[in-house]
Amino acid sequence: MQHVIEIEKLNKSFGDNHVLRDFSLSLSQGETIAVLGKSGSGKSVLIKCIVNLVEADEGKIIVLGEDISELKQEALDSLRAKVGFLFQSNALYDSMTVRENLEFPLRMHWPKEKREAEAERAVMEVLTDVGLAHTADMMPEELSGGMRKRIALARTLILRPAIILYDEPTTGLDPVTARGISQLIVNVQKKYNTSSIVISHDLRCIEATAGHVIMLIDGRCYALDTFSNLEHTDDPKIREFFD
Amino acid sequence: MNQSFHINATFFRETGNIARFTGRFFKELFHRKQEFEEFLRQCFWVGYKSLPLVAITAFIMGLVLTIQSRPTLVEFGAESMLPAMVSVSLVREISPVITALICAGKVGSGMGAELGSMRVTEQIDAMDVSGTNPFRYLIVTRIMATTLMLPILASLSNAVSLYGGYLGVNIRGSVSWSLYWTQVFNALNFGDAVPSLVKTFFFGFVIGLIGCYKGYNSRKGTEGVGRSANSAVVVSSLLVFIVDLIAVQITDLLGLT
Repeated sequence: MQHVIEIEKLNKSFGDNHVLRDFSLSLSQGETIAVLGKSGSGKSVLIKCIVNLVEADEGKIIVLGEDISELKQEALDSLRAKVGFLFQSNALYDSMTVRENLEFPLRMHWPKEKREAEAERAVMEVLTDVGLAHTADMMPEELSGGMRKRIALARTLILRPAIILYDEPTTGLDPVTARGISQLIVNVQKKYNTSSIVISHDLRCIEATAGHVIMLIDGRCYALDTFSNLEHTDDPKIREFFD
Repeated sequence: MNQSFHINATFFRETGNIARFTGRFFKELFHRKQEFEEFLRQCFWVGYKSLPLVAITAFIMGLVLTIQSRPTLVEFGAESMLPAMVSVSLVREISPVITALICAGKVGSGMGAELGSMRVTEQIDAMDVSGTNPFRYLIVTRIMATTLMLPILASLSNAVSLYGGYLGVNIRGSVSWSLYWTQVFNALNFGDAVPSLVKTFFFGFVIGLIGCYKGYNSRKGTEGVGRSANSAVVVSSLLVFIVDLIAVQITDLLGLT
């Protein structure tokens, strides 16, 4: 199966803090992998390296066949349009309405004529997909935490990305809303046929969304297996997460 | 010794970073794709929204300067020189510098806080990962807006402060509207008006540059945002005086004073 992301021996340090050590990963087309690890274990740094928000110290990151360290800014911008990124904090533009938030990524990637003709339809389509078609003219501050998360997901979907990176998608949400977001992630993956990496320490979210789970311990890929296999392992380092 | 070394190192590092930031601004400025809509929005915010504050300050400045200068001129029997003296002081120096300082406080801190808040809430990162160039959208538009709006604000400030001067002259004396303006324009020449207008472009540039630099590179959460807004005002105000000093030296060298 074709790999959409290939990471080889990725290393990243902040001063003396070695966050990622020789980390490798392959993500196939249509696959969803979850990365499970303690807070501060480098999970978010990993996906930020994939979109070059954080520069890796060593190692190779190939996304959709392109080595991101060799890309110039314009090529990197084009590649980034194919990789959606859902921030833990949602990162909605707080001075813009929901509609403007969703239209914003289009300004760079769609020509003006296409924007004028199709932006409204595209905005309403993704808003309908996340179940919030009525919020188009609202400001982010008027929305609840769960709604903001859905709008942030809608914003990543509007460019029809091939890959979506989810950074703690259910953190800070109540269990019911968190379950709703997990279900939404599954629905989105089915409808848009995206490949995904889900960073989380919410076991329910991981179980619902990911086929395989990577245990990130001490900056290394400690284990890679299905959720149920990891849940029933005797390894004390892995058991810590499930007990 | 160690502390002094640290301060020097921080100063040179910061200067280097600002130089690199400026270089990137000019690189992005000449890119074919520009954000004109956002630029106009920033011009409205910097120009129109600052106008009432600039106008009130300019009016008071003109009025107070005239009232304060009068007794000294009366003492030397030079009361008739009042409009000329006030106009040269205001147009050459006081009005552009005060306008720049007001904008450094209002616009510079606003930019530092807004961009700093966008940075710490990952909104700038979100623009980055969606492939939208945040530097061109947020920075180029803001710096260009302050650079172009400040000369306009300073010109309006000149006019309003001179009107304040007219009222100041007439509190104790009696000078007709036409006589006052005739004396004002007779006192002013090319060397007064043009260099003072040119330097306001540079004032606007440094205010926008520092406000954006501090905000764009903000770190450490809400505390960092406060610090960015604060240092945007302090550094840009200081740079306004340094630019003013350089501008005066150049004007003097060119024999325009």
